[in-house]
Amino acid sequence: MTLPNGWEMVVGLEVHTELKTATKMFCGCANSFGAEANTNICPVCLGLPGALPVLNRRAVDLAMAIGMALHSTIAPSTFHRKNYFYPDMPKDFQISQYDLPINSGGYLDLPDGSRVSIERAHLEEDTGKSTHLGGSGRIHGADRSLVDYNRSGVPLVEIVSGPDIRSSAQARAYASELRAILIATSASDGRMEEGSMRIDANVSVRQRGEPFGTRCEIKNLNSLRSLQRAIDHEALRQVELIEEGGVVRQETRHWDENQGETSTMRTKEEAEDYRYFREPDLVDLAPDQQWQDRVRAAQPVLPAQRRRELVSRLVDATEAQLDAVGVVIDLNLEPFVHAAIDDGVEAPLAIARAANELAAGIDDIERLSQEAFSLTLQMEQRGELSATQAKSVLGELLSQGGDPGDIVRSKGFVQLSSDSLGATVEQLIEEHRDEWSRYCDGDDKLAQFFVGLVMKATKGQANGKSVIAELQSRR
Amino acid sequence: MKSAQQTALDVQGGTSSALEELERALSVVRERNDELNVFLHVDQDGARALASTIDERVARGEYVGPLAGVPIAIKDNLCQVGIPTTCSSRILEGWRPPYNATVIDRLITAGAVPIGKTNLDEFAMGSSTENSAFGPTRNPLDPTRVPGGSSGGSAAAVAADMTPISLGSDTGGSIRQPAALCGLIGMKPTYGLVSRYGLIAFASSLDQIGPFAKNAMDAALLLEVIAGHDPMDSTSLPEPSPSLATHVNSGVVGQRVGLVRELIEGADEDVESAVVRARSALEEAGAKVVELSIPEFRLGLSAYYLIAPAEASSNLARFDGVRYGNRVDAEDVTAMMEATRTAGFGAEVKRRIMLGTYALSAGYFDAYYGQALKVRTQMIAAFRRAYEQVDLLLGATTPSVAFEFGSKTSNPMSMYLSDVFTIPTNLAGEPAVSVPFGTGEAGLPIGVQLLGPARSEGRLFAAARVLEIADGRP
Repeated sequence: MTLPNGWEMVVGLEVHTELKTATKMFCGCANSFGAEANTNICPVCLGLPGALPVLNRRAVDLAMAIGMALHSTIAPSTFHRKNYFYPDMPKDFQISQYDLPINSGGYLDLPDGSRVSIERAHLEEDTGKSTHLGGSGRIHGADRSLVDYNRSGVPLVEIVSGPDIRSSAQARAYASELRAILIATSASDGRMEEGSMRIDANVSVRQRGEPFGTRCEIKNLNSLRSLQRAIDHEALRQVELIEEGGVVRQETRHWDENQGETSTMRTKEEAEDYRYFREPDLVDLAPDQQWQDRVRAAQPVLPAQRRRELVSRLVDATEAQLDAVGVVIDLNLEPFVHAAIDDGVEAPLAIARAANELAAGIDDIERLSQEAFSLTLQMEQRGELSATQAKSVLGELLSQGGDPGDIVRSKGFVQLSSDSLGATVEQLIEEHRDEWSRYCDGDDKLAQFFVGLVMKATKGQANGKSVIAELQSRR
Repeated sequence: MKSAQQTALDVQGGTSSALEELERALSVVRERNDELNVFLHVDQDGARALASTIDERVARGEYVGPLAGVPIAIKDNLCQVGIPTTCSSRILEGWRPPYNATVIDRLITAGAVPIGKTNLDEFAMGSSTENSAFGPTRNPLDPTRVPGGSSGGSAAAVAADMTPISLGSDTGGSIRQPAALCGLIGMKPTYGLVSRYGLIAFASSLDQIGPFAKNAMDAALLLEVIAGHDPMDSTSLPEPSPSLATHVNSGVVGQRVGLVRELIEGADEDVESAVVRARSALEEAGAKVVELSIPEFRLGLSAYYLIAPAEASSNLARFDGVRYGNRVDAEDVTAMMEATRTAGFGAEVKRRIMLGTYALSAGYFDAYYGQALKVRTQMIAAFRRAYEQVDLLLGATTPSVAFEFGSKTSNPMSMYLSDVFTIPTNLAGEPAVSVPFGTGEAGLPIGVQLLGPARSEGRLFAAARVLEIADGRP
């Protein structure tokens, strides 16, 4: 979306990501999503009187891995308390990092070649989760509120970008690239629908070249789609407001996915004074060179590099192919793709089958060997399997395992010899003389008509390319 | 009364039993608790079960531990599984912790028998135990006077011969001041020497758990048991527990002691003259005493009354009625929290929460809390300079002997001044001990204070023992 009348949006994102540690940030409770309410709790993450936090080393490893991937400076840091009352926050303060975060500075390069600066990526703890029942369904005016503290104390990293983003599509690309990095570094599973990655967007508008306008912060966007829609809506709202002679007030806004609009949560005047001060129950965090080196040595090849490698195997990649490459990278499916291409499978076919069929069966991916994937695609490419049959074989390999050759035989995907295919084609030409002569006269569209007939006659066992070859040899 | 050390020897040696020692303690509690209001809860059944187990182990010939069968009183801001823990506040009424403080685990491992929870100023905020929601504790030496505070109950338990030893906590003097007022030895250890896990926080950067006893040896034994690294407390020092009892009789020959002018300034005459006599006693025992001035000590009280309330305002936020303790229902959750806190906290706690909230607020932070942190840094530097010249510092623990009920409650500032000599140590995170030395007005005990650099507890106990001997104690 482009804003009207020379307006430009200025966007910065705050991305909260839950770290994929085995235990919580300050205690030994399991960090796992979806457990029965209030089962992963202890005196520490319940904030019981007298309980004290002890920092999880693994959370620091992952925070540093994120910082390294974002080219941040890792520096000695401290923890602070952010004080405010809320029933799902057991201590009524959140342990966070304030003026001295573990990662400061850095940047993230996007696939379109643009660069977004990173201000900081700091550690903090998550809160519990409230459910408000009856009445208004919000914290004020509900009949009852229930709190699940399983999430309380789960480690988070908050990644704050500079105000460098100029469109909602770029914001989406940033979030998507960041998500790929979080997944690649094993820092997070990046599951936005489970809340393990949540985004706040700071949006303002200005006339190109003018100083920044007043910003509004949209809270808790939990899908890439919401992010893009909310930013567009908010930028447009601000433009309309200004053009009508109004003034944008600095405030926090809520995005309503169903209504497709933002509304005021609280204004700057209502903003809380968090009374930050150094957390006296924790000591300073200053990972030494050895610790940093250990994390650096374990850094994976990052998605941007992996994407470049995969895209380099395509000639003039289409938009759809680039999207498919993105899926392959996110799901770590490149080993399959590279192995198949090395065996002579064409790159577009390998990438498409991985991004669709393998992605659909990703939970069972351990059953599939690279060799079986490659063999199936080779059969498809040679015309021994139709596309439908190849997909079916991949589905079977994922759900049951086994050998592609055995599956082909047991499913009765008998190879149509070129003799029997030729005979079928001959017969159909006889039955459709009119169409055949128009095809021979140059009406190429009719090729698809004959392919359809052959498919029907062979119950989909013919390979489309082979059919066309048969047709052309008789033209 | 029999010392803790002797009690453990008797129980382990079979000349007494843990049950016998416990019943003796419980009978004194029955006799005097109504009058003195020392214990908020006595865990008779739990203590008897523990004592029986100890006796069975002794019968089997097992070594139980250095505190075998020693009854001990616990300040009611320390968590013990299943035992009501209130911090003397209505807001925690009825709450039973599901876990033990590290010190409780260590006491039990050492064979001690916790018999119950003692009264304190609400959330350890006070110097007389008059701020308890469950009534004041009386000084066993003169029941018309306060026992000091905030660990008044734990001090009174030992002073009334209910138990030979007890645990308190010291944020600005809350062990040393009641020790002085009740004629006991009381130590605030080096910050981080004793795990704070399970100590309900008042001011996290200042709080330390420490011992009360009738003599240096018992205090040293108790501190040895509870000290040492704890992985549950990030601020816990990395070293294991030091050996302290072996240092108690080391004497002070060749020790350099600094008598600090600021630590007697404004003290009553009887207190000041006790400090002067203590100086002579140390010199006679072979120490070299010099007089010195540490002007930074004068800033301690102001810095403390910003830092401690600031931390408290955050530490006490969790008492909101959502998860435990008392709840006052209201129309929504914010109103419920407000009503609960309004009803649950006493006046002094509210005063400090407001002070601390203000000191941390945007626009005031730099002028108040930020400034106090700078004073704290200067205080630490001043101590360091002093310890370049001397090994220990000497002064009064508190400006006067035990005072009468109500004499300081109308003016918070006069009450705060009770801690003027003890606060500098907490700000610096260093150890100090109060030792009874002579008597003053109305024959009441006077405490003199010995201060040392971090981890000098052994040296402090040795000097304390020298004063005990000079004071004619066994």
